[in-house]
Amino acid sequence: MINNSYILRNASLLGATKSDIHISHGVIKEIGSVVISDSATVIDIAGQIVLPGLVDLHTHVREPGREDSETVLSASRAGAKGGFTALSAMANTSPVADTAGVVEQVFRLGQEAGYLNVFPIGAVTHALEGKALSEIGAMADSIARVRVFSDDGFCVSDPLVMRRALEYIKKFDGVIAQHAQEPRLTVGSQMNEGDISARLGLKGWPAIAEEAIIARDVLLVDHVKSRLHICHVTTAGGVEIIRWAKARGIQVSAEVTPHHLLLTDDLANSYDPIYKVNPPLRTEKDVMALREALADGTIDIVATDHAPHSSETKDCEWQEAAFGMIGLETALSIVYKTMVQTKLMDWAAVADRLSIAPAKIGHYDQHSQGLTVGAPAHITVINPENNWTVDRDLVLSKSRNTPYHGMELPGVVTHTFFNGVATLLDTKVVSEVMN
Amino acid sequence: MRHLLSIGDLNRDEAISILDTAVELSRISDGQVKKLPTLRGRTIVNLFAEDSTRTRISFEAAAKRLSADVINFSAKGSSLSKGESLKDTAQTLQAMGADAVVIRHSASGAAQRLADLEWMSGSVINAGDGTHEHPSQALLDAFTIRKHLGKGARDLHGIRVAIVGDILHSRVARSNVLLLTLLGAQVVLVSPPTLLPVGVESWPVTISYNFDAVISEVDVVMMLRVQQERMSDLFFPSAREYSRYFGLNSERMARMPQHAIVMHPGPMNRGLEISAEVADSGRSVIVEQVSNGVNVRMAILYVLLAGGPLEMSVN
Repeated sequence: MINNSYILRNASLLGATKSDIHISHGVIKEIGSVVISDSATVIDIAGQIVLPGLVDLHTHVREPGREDSETVLSASRAGAKGGFTALSAMANTSPVADTAGVVEQVFRLGQEAGYLNVFPIGAVTHALEGKALSEIGAMADSIARVRVFSDDGFCVSDPLVMRRALEYIKKFDGVIAQHAQEPRLTVGSQMNEGDISARLGLKGWPAIAEEAIIARDVLLVDHVKSRLHICHVTTAGGVEIIRWAKARGIQVSAEVTPHHLLLTDDLANSYDPIYKVNPPLRTEKDVMALREALADGTIDIVATDHAPHSSETKDCEWQEAAFGMIGLETALSIVYKTMVQTKLMDWAAVADRLSIAPAKIGHYDQHSQGLTVGAPAHITVINPENNWTVDRDLVLSKSRNTPYHGMELPGVVTHTFFNGVATLLDTKVVSEVMN
Repeated sequence: MRHLLSIGDLNRDEAISILDTAVELSRISDGQVKKLPTLRGRTIVNLFAEDSTRTRISFEAAAKRLSADVINFSAKGSSLSKGESLKDTAQTLQAMGADAVVIRHSASGAAQRLADLEWMSGSVINAGDGTHEHPSQALLDAFTIRKHLGKGARDLHGIRVAIVGDILHSRVARSNVLLLTLLGAQVVLVSPPTLLPVGVESWPVTISYNFDAVISEVDVVMMLRVQQERMSDLFFPSAREYSRYFGLNSERMARMPQHAIVMHPGPMNRGLEISAEVADSGRSVIVEQVSNGVNVRMAILYVLLAGGPLEMSVN
């Protein structure tokens, strides 16, 4: 039996209060001035920030089906490296997660890996086809207890299908996570429609195609009084609609990805598809609107949309390339850079947007209590003083499609604890988790 | 200069030096012996991953007149049609010792990818990439305009050019907007609003939806090919309606200034964007564009592979 009792000395809780934290038997046992006991491993983390373990509401783990680009285990390790203690496995696997069997398989693979909780997301419609509802009830009642449903990658574009799905999930207070993309306005689209796409001759993905669906769906969810979550908001106009909806008391939450908080569409000038992502990178004006919305709570959470792809799908012409970028290992540093260093948010807000709020949206109850005594010990420690340089050859994901290769980022995740067990110690992911 | 990927990579002097080199080379083309030994022993690959007869033949003729060895590599029947990646094809060409690759590809940015990724060490010449650019076409168009209307000037200062048709999908239009404005010309784009890209407002051009309001004001009318299938994508209601508003027929041509010329990059849809009478009229320089194309492409190969522009001969 290995030692699973830790004392984190001189921790800076949420960047403010100086305190020790005693982790024992999987829970936060004590916060304050902790008396050192022989049985506990003491880690002095003076100057470092302690956050509740990060929760990602949008992760592509690719298993089952594309284990060459990612597995539940490799995504779990990448997650631990990035400070995550929970991932949400998107449904667009092969086979699609539209039955209880598939979500239970993914859930079990997460348990076996043991680095963090893997909460499967169920497909809204059978085979993501947007026509018939998937086995929503069976997935909700399975051991995976699915509460979040999404056809991510595709928009639930048929308004009647969307209405029925929103109504159906009220039975267990589920949420539909919508990939807002009007399909007819985005046939063959390659990048943000604007000055850059006009010059590059790449087919445009207009902001309106996102905004039109957000507008429709906030009205729908208001009508049927259910819960709607908007995946990866990218446009200033989308932010405005969500702000309006929240002011009216409509039950909508929204996420932004780290890459949409930092990167802009001019990166496509290189024609390097490492910057090809769906929804696409937008303009500086959109980036600023997204940051502001995340700071004021209009956008509730940051979610990675971690999307691993094998190298041959990126080592080609732009229009042939796959959409997506990996993001688990860089997410917290990007948020630190774009939101904290810019003084838009403090660490308490980071804890909310990357841990507590996503846990509440997904009903991940054991992740929603934050840093409180008696709560499950899901803890992330970041050293804000150190910088690091992203190297795609050193990522723990099985895929190397990071847009940040060679970029220096602030903040190094040093330790991650999941249920009181260290999954990342001194920036090293533990080789095996002993529960 | 190592590659020719986009007109945007050229400055004014570089663009003019290519045109001047083409003038010098055209004197040779007009002579008895059409061949120069400049590129003897060099290998140029025409990598045409998209159908194109005239551009390929033009580059082939240009390379052969400079004594280069030419390998033609076309999509049909080649490994490209069997799903081989651009990367693997490029590495194959590199292994065969290509000094330059002339690439035509349906993907915007394909030429730049080939150049940037160092898949091969030779020069890359963009012979048309998707809906992005077609730099050699723009250079031959500028050459033709300068020859007819330049009045001895080295650039195109003050010359008014209308580019008419499907701007949205046209690589010819994109390269010409960059080059003609770089050389001082005033460009007006004439098109139905559906066939202009969102973002065109940032281009250094004026926009008109009304061909008739523009036609008497310009020195050059450059017609673009309109593909019939655009109709099914709802860009315009019918070919006849398109032709009525944006086609160049004899009546419209009659309203052009006396000195104005008609251009078309080819291949033409006679009866759609241009009537047969206009295409075959004395105002049309369309056939001459083709012969100028060989000289301009010789100049491009010369500048990239022979180490710089050809000095103007004194006479």
